[in-house]
Amino acid sequence: MTIPTSWYLVVAAMLFGIGAYGVLTRRSALIMFMCIELMLNAVNLTFVTFAHSLKDIGGQAAVFFVLVVAAAEVTVGLGIVVAVFRRRNSTSVDALSELKG
Amino acid sequence: MIATAHTTADVLVFVVASLLMLIGAVGVITLRNPVHCALSLIMTFFGIAIAFVELNAHFLAAVEIIVYAGAIVVLFLFVIMFLGVDRHEDVGVEPLVGQKPLALASVSITVVGLIVMLAHSNWVSGATAAATAGVPVKGGNGNVKELGSAIFTTYLYAFEITAALLIIAVVGAVLLARKDRIVETEEEVR
Repeated sequence: MTIPTSWYLVVAAMLFGIGAYGVLTRRSALIMFMCIELMLNAVNLTFVTFAHSLKDIGGQAAVFFVLVVAAAEVTVGLGIVVAVFRRRNSTSVDALSELKG
Repeated sequence: MIATAHTTADVLVFVVASLLMLIGAVGVITLRNPVHCALSLIMTFFGIAIAFVELNAHFLAAVEIIVYAGAIVVLFLFVIMFLGVDRHEDVGVEPLVGQKPLALASVSITVVGLIVMLAHSNWVSGATAAATAGVPVKGGNGNVKELGSAIFTTYLYAFEITAALLIIAVVGAVLLARKDRIVETEEEVR
């Protein structure tokens, strides 16, 4: 007997929760990106778990596309962080409050 | 495969992978030094790769290490070093009052809700129509071939669009980095 599907799903839910907490509480844009990666990976784990349990390769194909999108997102996101850092000399998201009403 | 002979090893692998994932994830959100956060992130990715191998997704396990731990985290570390922000962030400072308790409450509600939903749905048992919809997964010695044929037949258009997406991302990143440099040099000339 292999590991029940629900164990992996619970771990993935906890991983997603930790990532969400990080996005909500950390101030550095870099760390927030890392937490977004955590959340994406939690979802990837869910996809692979369901691909395994439902015997459908589509779940693994979805993870492949999530990987590509994550790579693109990190590239552009870090480009934005670098561009913001050059102007503000800080990666803190609190430094970007011009649009505050 | 004898059913009971694999249980202990499987549970051990699951526990090790989960501990790697969760400890790494907690490290990412608690450590003060961004470099340490990036290294914790690598630990999480290794845990996820172990879980992928356990779930018969060998190709994705390799890609997880190569792309995430290899490329994305190195990009993070490169940016951290490049910007020189590897100093300690003040985790204790709280500009928004009650942000952390609120975040903790909403995240716990979400996670507990997800787990309750898992316990009450029939997704876990696999008793859904989706079980027969797609290309079947072959167990055992990996399924790189099936994944490849699924991506190049069923998901071909999506795959082609990812190529365009990557090109757009690269051009965007170059533009973001380059534009600012031109502005900076103009300011320096002045």
